[in-house]
Amino acid sequence: MLQIIIIILAVAFILYTILGGADFGAGILEIFAGRRGERTVSKAIAPVWEANHVWLILAIVIIFTGFPLVYATLSLSLHIPLMVVLIGIVLRGTAFTFRYYDVSPDKTHKYFTSFFEISSFITPFFLGITLGAMILGDIPPDNAGSFSERFILPWFNLFCVAMGLFTIAIFGYIAAVFLTGEAKNTPEQRKYSRLSKIFLSSTFAMGLLVFLSAEYNNRHLLADFFGSVLCIISFSLVILLIPVIFYLVNHPKTIYLRIAIGAQVALIIFGWFAMQFPVIIFEKGGTHLTFYNTQAPYATLYQLFIALIVGLILIVPCFYFLFKVFKGSDE
Amino acid sequence: MEDLLAARLQMALSLGFHIVFACIGIAMPVFMAFSEWRWLRTGRQAYLDVAKAWSKGVAIFFAVGAVSGTVLSFELGLLFPEFMKHAGPIIGMPFSWEGTAFFVEAIALGVFLYGWKKLNKWVHWISGIVVGISGIMSGIFVVAANSWMNSPTGFVWKDGKATEIDPVAAMFNDAWFSQALHMTLAAFVATAFAVAGVHAFLLIKNRKNEFHKTALKIALSFGAVAAILQPLSGDISAKDVAKRQPAKLAALEAHYKTSTHAGFVFGGIPNNKTEQVDYAIHVPGLLSYLAHGDFNAEVIGLDKFPKEERPPVVITHVAFQIMILSGCLLALAGLLFIIFSTRWKNILGKKWWLVFIAWLTPIGFIAVEAGWTVTETGRQPWIIYGVMKTKDAVSTMPGLQYSFYSIMAVYVLLTIIIIWLMRKHIARLQTDYPSAKIETE
Repeated sequence: MLQIIIIILAVAFILYTILGGADFGAGILEIFAGRRGERTVSKAIAPVWEANHVWLILAIVIIFTGFPLVYATLSLSLHIPLMVVLIGIVLRGTAFTFRYYDVSPDKTHKYFTSFFEISSFITPFFLGITLGAMILGDIPPDNAGSFSERFILPWFNLFCVAMGLFTIAIFGYIAAVFLTGEAKNTPEQRKYSRLSKIFLSSTFAMGLLVFLSAEYNNRHLLADFFGSVLCIISFSLVILLIPVIFYLVNHPKTIYLRIAIGAQVALIIFGWFAMQFPVIIFEKGGTHLTFYNTQAPYATLYQLFIALIVGLILIVPCFYFLFKVFKGSDE
Repeated sequence: MEDLLAARLQMALSLGFHIVFACIGIAMPVFMAFSEWRWLRTGRQAYLDVAKAWSKGVAIFFAVGAVSGTVLSFELGLLFPEFMKHAGPIIGMPFSWEGTAFFVEAIALGVFLYGWKKLNKWVHWISGIVVGISGIMSGIFVVAANSWMNSPTGFVWKDGKATEIDPVAAMFNDAWFSQALHMTLAAFVATAFAVAGVHAFLLIKNRKNEFHKTALKIALSFGAVAAILQPLSGDISAKDVAKRQPAKLAALEAHYKTSTHAGFVFGGIPNNKTEQVDYAIHVPGLLSYLAHGDFNAEVIGLDKFPKEERPPVVITHVAFQIMILSGCLLALAGLLFIIFSTRWKNILGKKWWLVFIAWLTPIGFIAVEAGWTVTETGRQPWIIYGVMKTKDAVSTMPGLQYSFYSIMAVYVLLTIIIIWLMRKHIARLQTDYPSAKIETE
């Protein structure tokens, strides 16, 4: 049962990265490649972003119900970056909706767009920082120490910044690939297929930076990486998918392209999970928080399990319907 | 600013902000689905236009509701990590159900808002029904989690830890039903009268407009029924609070001394020094009757609780008075609407009535905010009633006021933008919807 809850948590996390990532990434792309295609972006995001967003809420609920100590530790030690993430989520969601509904081409439209773009950039950056802090292991157990040791240094360092940049790059990459399939005409499509390649290269570069900065911050991630067979396998598959995706963005077969990018992102996250399982948060001094030492009592996990299964039975067909209605072949 | 105060203010602000959008998200889908159903049955354009115009507004409100709800799911931990560490496993269940319900709501709303052209009419209508049901469900689940804080059950507290956790018992605690009923009705009352008020206001200038008349009629009908039922549900709540949380009841009625034949205090400002309520009207015996169903029953006063375990009396009492007054006013309006519509054919064409309804626009939401102030402030100093104090649950991070200031800045900005956008949306009605131009006789 615990295993299934962990799997659902991982799936929620992966889906949020793919679906939410595509939404955030669309805003990131606008910053780098201009607003041509704004209608395409809006049309693609509008019906689904709220539903996509719920995967994050689901993950949070699973963590605070099933692994309360993890949630308490995260929200205490990483208060500052999480607060930034929250404000970013609020500004991005509302700015996007306002922009979509208030189409009159006046100044306010520009303001909404800038809010949308800036928050699309900052939110993933701080999400990445938060994840980085969970991996790095500078969070003091029992929240002991000076103010900066407790609340700043665990996330304000080179490694976490690298993780933030990596998150931005990969979100941009996901969005570019998604939008290649949404593009309404050839120039737009060409633009997104070019962006896919640029952002894939950046993702790669940032990934490298993550590993290097980890060494710099005395976190031997490379050793962990080569120590996990599953991690090596999933990473090799990620590499193998690159030529496939390059082929597909030039010959858009939307459905295969989406499967390929989805698989690639899922594999990256799976590899990361495999590398550090069962640890969720690395802490200073080796008393890490794992799925096992933070799990809620049996009765809670059982109820959570039932809620999740019933929930998925309800949600999955609804989601399928939503995507079928809006993402189906628009001729 | 003290950290505890900053954390409480931030929570109050975030909840107070979110609840407006949550109420709209609960009630509006039902109104929209109703209007669409009338259109499907009668074919009258106005019904379709009203449903469409409302749905455009709802899209904006729902987006704000979704993100401000996400803020809350994080803030529970960001502000009160010690609370969530213990409460998470106990009340996580209603939250996971809420997550599910909200998920379904978000998906169905996406289908409803963007599927006008793409779907069969009846499939579209059903998606609206699904939004309504799941919205109501998700509200009930969240309130169930809150009611547990007032009526903590389903665990044994031993050496500062919860053991023998039973999430099902925790969810169906003694307070959940009365609170969920009161809140769901409140969502309908507040939203209905706010919507009715706006349309009434627009009708004053343009008395024969068919679009606004249709909208007003739907909103007022729902509002009237819910507003008349609300005092009954309030009575259930009051009796429940009297039984479970005597300190809260004493605070909301500023009832300082335990007594039989206790009087109900209307209005006034409690004075903690003299332990009297200044400038108030007393009705002898009424409090005993409302709390226990007997004019001579004993009502426990604040004197039975040590000073450090009393809720802030002034805020709780004043908020309670505001809630009751607003609730009664709306119930009266609802009653009058029902009486007048059976008497006169054209009540919606009478100016004095439209002015009256327009004035009521904010009253429902004022009652909702006041009601939450009563529930939350009346539970203090406890975060989990009788088990954990709020000051022991608050985050140990110094400088929490900066979180509060930033959230406040964001929400103030959003409020201004939303009001501005709604005005713009209303200004465009005539150009966007055919029936907004039609005049009836």
